[in-house]
Amino acid sequence: MSIWLQLIIALVAIAAGGWVFRFVGQKVTKDAPLYRDMPFGVAFGYVLGAALLVWLVSVYYVARTGEPAVANKYFFLRVAIEGFIGFAIIAYYFRLAGIYIGSEGSKKLFRSMPLTASFGIVTIIFYAFLAIFAGQISSLTIIVLAALGVPLCIYARVNFRADAAKSIVGVVSVTLIVFIVMYFVGPLAPYGQEEILGAANVVPGGDPAIGGNPDYPLGTDQIGRDILSRLIYGAQNTVGIAFATTVLAFLIGATLGFLAATIGGWLDQVISRAVDVLMAIPSLIFALLLMTIASVWAPELGIPLTYFMVLIIAVIDSTRVFRLARAVGLNIVVMDYIEAAKLRGEGMGYLIFREILPNATAPLLAEFGLRFCFVFLTIASLSFLGVGIQPPLADWGTMVKDLAQFINFAAFAPPVAAAPLLAAGAIALLTVAVNFVVDWMLHKSSGLKE
Amino acid sequence: MASILRIIAQRLALGLLTLFVVSIVIFTAVNLLPGDFAQAILGQGATPEAIEAIRNDLGLNDPPLTRYMQWLGGAIQGDLGNSFAQANFASFAGTDTGSGLASVASQVAPRFENTMFLAGVTAMIAVPIAVTLGVLAALYRNSIFDRAANVMTLSSISSPEFFMAYVLILFLAVLNPILPSLSNIYEGMDFSERLTKTLLPALTLTLVVTAHMMRMTRAAIINLLASPYIEMARLKGISPMRVIVKHALPNALAPIINVIALNLAYLITGVVVVEVVFVYPGIGQLFVDSVKIRDIPVVQACCLIFAAAYILLNLMADILSIISNPRLRHPK
Repeated sequence: MSIWLQLIIALVAIAAGGWVFRFVGQKVTKDAPLYRDMPFGVAFGYVLGAALLVWLVSVYYVARTGEPAVANKYFFLRVAIEGFIGFAIIAYYFRLAGIYIGSEGSKKLFRSMPLTASFGIVTIIFYAFLAIFAGQISSLTIIVLAALGVPLCIYARVNFRADAAKSIVGVVSVTLIVFIVMYFVGPLAPYGQEEILGAANVVPGGDPAIGGNPDYPLGTDQIGRDILSRLIYGAQNTVGIAFATTVLAFLIGATLGFLAATIGGWLDQVISRAVDVLMAIPSLIFALLLMTIASVWAPELGIPLTYFMVLIIAVIDSTRVFRLARAVGLNIVVMDYIEAAKLRGEGMGYLIFREILPNATAPLLAEFGLRFCFVFLTIASLSFLGVGIQPPLADWGTMVKDLAQFINFAAFAPPVAAAPLLAAGAIALLTVAVNFVVDWMLHKSSGLKE
Repeated sequence: MASILRIIAQRLALGLLTLFVVSIVIFTAVNLLPGDFAQAILGQGATPEAIEAIRNDLGLNDPPLTRYMQWLGGAIQGDLGNSFAQANFASFAGTDTGSGLASVASQVAPRFENTMFLAGVTAMIAVPIAVTLGVLAALYRNSIFDRAANVMTLSSISSPEFFMAYVLILFLAVLNPILPSLSNIYEGMDFSERLTKTLLPALTLTLVVTAHMMRMTRAAIINLLASPYIEMARLKGISPMRVIVKHALPNALAPIINVIALNLAYLITGVVVVEVVFVYPGIGQLFVDSVKIRDIPVVQACCLIFAAAYILLNLMADILSIISNPRLRHPK
């Protein structure tokens, strides 16, 4: 119980400190408005914040210089502090680079960008890089990319404004260069994701004294697969599958939503009521129920369970997309330009793709980011529970489940305990990054100042 | 008053109808399964006669409509059928399959109580913290505190529950042994011990749910701050805290209550992952275990219970928001 007592004493001390801080401030500045009108709560907040900062600095100092037994205890806080500062610096330089490099439009975008959004974009780019180049890319990919890129550039130069064309050409050429360089650099993962190496259960950290091996910096799992390689391949599998699922959910949801909005009548009623029923079941629970059924069907039909999972989650999530697409669509179909297009005698396809879709891009794009996070978290949770992405595919949720018991070694060998947290942290980092970007986009598009 | 009662009755009827349709969806989904339950119970090496006997016992030879009616009728009376896992065990042990079946209700009932306890503890911690922090963030909007809170809540909303759970285990159970990381709850435990063992899963859920509620509370209050009567109060010279607590909060109560109810509904699904991490003997863990061994009656029952709780909480949010808003109470 002493820990609670310590906590209470610390809080009382901070409260007293807050009062002293305000009192001294009033005396020293001769009642400057800032101190004169400061409520006690605000003073308390300032002192609490300062105390937290001092505590973090002291912990960091102990973690860097203390005895191993003490330093181990603060190892994770140290990593968290270093990571936080490191990410902040990277995000800052990325924004700085964006302000000076690129076209006028992109420069303007970067100038108004908060640090969190910049961090989000860097992280998303990093994940995409990991996912694409985890394994060796084939030369065919580069040829296809080049074949697609050249006409795109020519089209952009002919049809777009000079500024926009320049940035498109820039993006295409940078992408091509990166692909060609990575083709010669080779795969990012040191080993294959299904490759079973000589030693099983090598301890992470690469320290031979406690059973590690410098060849496998994060160790190997219970059947001898390299954990670092599986983490990198996890980006490809987990993120790739989540992305495909989200795209599928949007194809289903947005199409049905716009159809319901334009045609209306009984079609709208039927789809809306069906969606209402599907949304009345909690999504994770429904997904688990359907996965149980799919796990019986899958071997019978000879289709991998992962395909079923993509379909099931896409259908469940498309209900949410449908709601949004229908609501946005209903607001658009009453516009005059839709009336005009109808009078011109345009078909349903033209109405949906050329009139409604371009006007619904902004809310749909923000929804895509949020939906991706939900899908990604659902897939990770399903895998964590053991019914999601199936082995031998490397996947972060499954890795957390398999490595979880290592956490208990945190007090003696921190790097060992880091392995499961790395996989879980990889999931958290990506969703946080996407959320930061979406938050910024929503804030920008809504024009909210307060 | 009569109009309120009528609206509540309407919503209740609608909720019951939804639940009825949901039960049909669950039943149909389960009945799409290839092969049959009898085969699943006895395994590959079963003789046709044994399968036929079980089919008759469980009533699998009846048409789907009859079976659905029986299942629904039983579920309403609290009889959710028999668990396959127990039947499997009984048939291996050589006992009579017909009478040795364990009922689903007997498995679900104690665990349901545990889950309600966990959700209750979480709500007790999360709701006051979330409302207080939300009010503070609205009061000091765009300050350092507000921005830090914004970043922290966004991060905790978007992290998976198991990440939160393991981070808490790492800091509060392994590095500083304050709380137990395993929630092995059994019957006859005294209350304080039960509370200590529930605290870590409850804290995990609190982190996830508080963030959401706090953001919504902040948004609801800031939304109101633009209205003329708040400006009036400010011009009278009332302190900012008083403006928010006395003038804005009562009017923001409707959306806040709504958000709390919706988040409690979210808790219902959140418990699944958290219960698995902490080995908490609740209904979520039973559900996942049954999914793994394909114990269909238990899966079906858990699914129905989760859906019912979800619908009920959504219904409550709906009704509370109607009661607290006169404009909705008297629709034109």
